[in-house]
Order: sequence, then C-alpha cells, then structure tokens
Amino acid sequence: MASPDRPLSPHLQVYRWQWTMSLSILHRATGIALSLGALGLVWWLLALAGGEDGYARFMECARSPLGLVVAAGFGACLVYHFWNGIRHLLWDTGWGLDIPTAFRTGMAVIVLTVLGTGLFVAALLMKGAA
Amino acid sequence: MKLRHPIARARGLGSAQGGVEHWWAQRWNSVVLMLLTPWFLWFVFSALGASQAEVRAMLAQPWHAALMLVFVGMLFWHTMLGLQVVIEDYVHAPWMEWTLHLLNRLACLVAGLLSVVAIGRIVFGL
Repeated sequence: MASPDRPLSPHLQVYRWQWTMSLSILHRATGIALSLGALGLVWWLLALAGGEDGYARFMECARSPLGLVVAAGFGACLVYHFWNGIRHLLWDTGWGLDIPTAFRTGMAVIVLTVLGTGLFVAALLMKGAA
Repeated sequence: MKLRHPIARARGLGSAQGGVEHWWAQRWNSVVLMLLTPWFLWFVFSALGASQAEVRAMLAQPWHAALMLVFVGMLFWHTMLGLQVVIEDYVHAPWMEWTLHLLNRLACLVAGLLSVVAIGRIVFGL
C-alpha cells in the first residue's frame, strides 16, 4: 500500500514513447472493456434460458444500430486481446523478448487484429443485421 | 549473507507469502480461453441466425453445454484476476482499493454463477 507522500521511483515519464507501449496499454484497456462484454454474454445466456420474449428483447437490442456498433467494438477488443494474449504467453516461455522479435510480433498482432476484426464485422453484418 | 531462515528460502514465497498462484492461474486460464475462443465465436455466429428454440436446443447438447460451462468459468476467473491487477496498480487509497477488490470478486462470482444457472436451466429444460 503506497503512502501518498512517499517519493516514487521514476516510471512512465522517463521513457521515450514507443509504439509497442501502445500495444501493452491496449492489452489492458481491451481487457477492461471485455469485462463489460462478458456481462453481455451473461445477459445473452439468461435471456436464452428465460424464454422467447426475453430473447426477442435481447436480439432487438443486439440488432439495433447501437447494438451492432457495441458488438463490433467488443469483437475488435476480443480479437486484439486474443492475438496479443498469445504474444504474452510466448513471452512467458522466454521466447521473443528481444527488440526485433517484439517489433515483428507486435506488427503481426496489428495485422491479425485488422484482419480478424474485418472478418468479425463481416460475419456480424451478414448474420446479425439480416 | 543469508538472513532468511532456510525454511523460508525453501518455501520461496518471499515476504508477501504468496504471488505465484495468481500468475500461474492467469496463464492456465489464458491457454484454456485461447483454445475455446474459436469454438465460442463459431457458436455465437451460428446462434445469430437461429431462433431462441434452436439456440436453446444447440446449447442443450452435452458437448456445447460442457464447453460453455468451462468457457464462462475460465472467463470470469480470468476477468477477476485481470481486474485485480488493474486495481492493485492504479488504486492506492486503501478503503477504495479494498472496496473495489470486494466488488470485483463479488461481481465475477455472481456473473459466473448466473451463467452456470442459465446453462443449467437450458440443459435440464427448466
């Protein structure tokens, strides 16, 4: 527990900004966002168990323009957290910690996230908006 | 110079008396979630085009029900551990930190149990 008046060790402000830092912060941000998305999953399961009326209400919300935007947002977060999570697991084995590899895997995560999100949104629009 | 008692060194827990369990739990449930996520996305997108009765029948199948139970269990465990670290890192006022830890654990537990109950209702046709 930090006492507020204690001098702090230098952290963020002493480092030059690098794009890989954004990936690290984004992993945490998408994780927090997905915590809310997980509540959407609970809502879906409860509606599904509850009966036709509740399920119809859920699907009405999910299929509204706002619902589709929120679903696409959670989809993007899930795709990013999935690929970057694999990157983290590889780091945990000790692989890929050198800077050139970390840059390459970071780029791969960005490309895979764009592709995966595109696929997710396409599937959502094809099946969800119909 | 070793000032620590040999038994303390052998236990390897340090002054916090713990810590690695959280790390290992987060790795294990990451791996399980990574393996289940493709199935989960497939399930959700299959469900999107179907009626409530059809989705219910699909989730009532033993394999789908079992995988969904594992998925929500691991999901809310993973969520609880992840949010715990966020709270530890950014919230420093003790009363606020412990309140948030309590709310986080309670919310993840209730959300996970609600999901299990919902899946149970679907499987047993209640």
